[in-house]
Amino acid sequence: MNDLAPDAGAAMWFWGQSMGKIYLDHASSMPVDPRVLDFVTSNLKSGFGNPSSLHSMGLEAKRVIEDAREKVARLINAENEDCIIFTSGATESNNLAIKGTALRNMGKGKKVAASAIEHISVLNSMKELLKSGFELGIIPVDSTGVVDIEILNDVLTEDTPLTSIMYANNEIGTIEPIRELSGIVHEKGLYLHVDATAAAGRIPIDVQKDGIDLLTLSSNDMYGPQGAGALYIKPGVKLQPILLGGGQERGLRSGTENLFAILGMGEAAKIMKSEMKQESERLKEIRDKLIEEILKVEEAYLTGHPSQRLPHHASFRFSRIEGESILLNMDMKYNIQVSTGSACSSKTLEPSHVLLAIGLKHEEAHGSMVLTLGRSNNIGEIPLVTRAVKETVERLRGISPL
Amino acid sequence: MAQIGYSEKVLDHFTNPRNVGIIEAPDGYGKVGNPVCGDLMEIFIKVKDDIITDIKFRTFGCGSAIATSSMVTEMAKGIHVDEALKITRNDVADELEGLPPKKMHCSNLASDALHEAIKDYKGKTEDQGKNK
Repeated sequence: MNDLAPDAGAAMWFWGQSMGKIYLDHASSMPVDPRVLDFVTSNLKSGFGNPSSLHSMGLEAKRVIEDAREKVARLINAENEDCIIFTSGATESNNLAIKGTALRNMGKGKKVAASAIEHISVLNSMKELLKSGFELGIIPVDSTGVVDIEILNDVLTEDTPLTSIMYANNEIGTIEPIRELSGIVHEKGLYLHVDATAAAGRIPIDVQKDGIDLLTLSSNDMYGPQGAGALYIKPGVKLQPILLGGGQERGLRSGTENLFAILGMGEAAKIMKSEMKQESERLKEIRDKLIEEILKVEEAYLTGHPSQRLPHHASFRFSRIEGESILLNMDMKYNIQVSTGSACSSKTLEPSHVLLAIGLKHEEAHGSMVLTLGRSNNIGEIPLVTRAVKETVERLRGISPL
Repeated sequence: MAQIGYSEKVLDHFTNPRNVGIIEAPDGYGKVGNPVCGDLMEIFIKVKDDIITDIKFRTFGCGSAIATSSMVTEMAKGIHVDEALKITRNDVADELEGLPPKKMHCSNLASDALHEAIKDYKGKTEDQGKNK
């Protein structure tokens, strides 16, 4: 498998290509970068001790974790590596950031706020706080997915210890004006938590300049292994753990560290940082062309912001057809993997709360399709993808009574 | 074991649905579902001597909505309307070698649409009987 060699061209190494697939669902899961795998396997040979053990094997494991911490800190320009704690993934980071911060600071007030398009792990963590007597303010977004600044301004008070707004949305690609929003949060409330799962490694993030107090990162959304995430905590921000035990990760996340995934996450963050600019420009070109071509389909609409959007993200809706059918047809007839926010594809059988939040009616939200690009994609795939989308929409509309 | 994805047969009926289209001046017409819920299907039947001689469907919906519509048209074609009325949601799912559990309720509406079409046919023939 020569095309899996780490030094092969960036567009060549993804396993999917050798199988004739065109994988356009990088927001759901990404392959582990072979360079990351190489790094992890070679480093784990010596570092398999428990990082909490004081003997040499333990110390070696501790050293490789600290190395990973430093790499993650650099990706987001954290003040220092001690600002980063490792978790099992973005869901845990979001839970810890929200519940840990709100409960630790409830002496300052019992209000929390979140945008209407947050990930479900953010919204459900916020809802859980209602049981502890908190009030929850949901901040609406406009039709492009941008947080309503006026309402944010109205909702926040000095009784609001925590506000959560994502850096960019994984379903519609919209990038939030975090720097501006953090100004308002700090003027009126206390801490700003930002879920950067979709944005990290895609666009530059500087937690210091952006004014972020807590920031969620996910390993697998950066070509790292699944099972690791991180939470940036600004120096001085107080929170309490939600997992109790041996006191690992500054006492904020007990449990023996997932060495394999953490090492991978560190190396993945390092590679994302060094290749971000070039790769994002490459993907942006493919994205723009895809959007241009797909919008030629009759009654096709872009969802999310036309320009303030993630460089690898193209999302649409088509009237009179349903998203799961689009996904199935693209997969079965063209070997192209896409995503949808349709109700039928969700566990709850509800259409995506993000699509409803940008003002789509239920029947409109059912016909969504999300394309998220990655290293395996190249500009040569565009004619195939656009033809597949066009034919899929035509076929399903041919069956539809609407 | 719980079914995770779609069976081969569901995928076959989704990819190559049978009897898609409309029948002009049908003897019976049934429509169930709602685009707001994500599923809408309509069935047209042509009936001679109480036998369903032709049947067509159009569906807006997910993979199982399209596959169950296609399957129910195959099951009903050529049989007596009273036999067709006995086709249940479970029968359609069984013929498709099963559906994922959550799809059993939400998008398995095809037999309902068929029953509506037959009721429509029966209503019309009764009316004609009265007019005679």
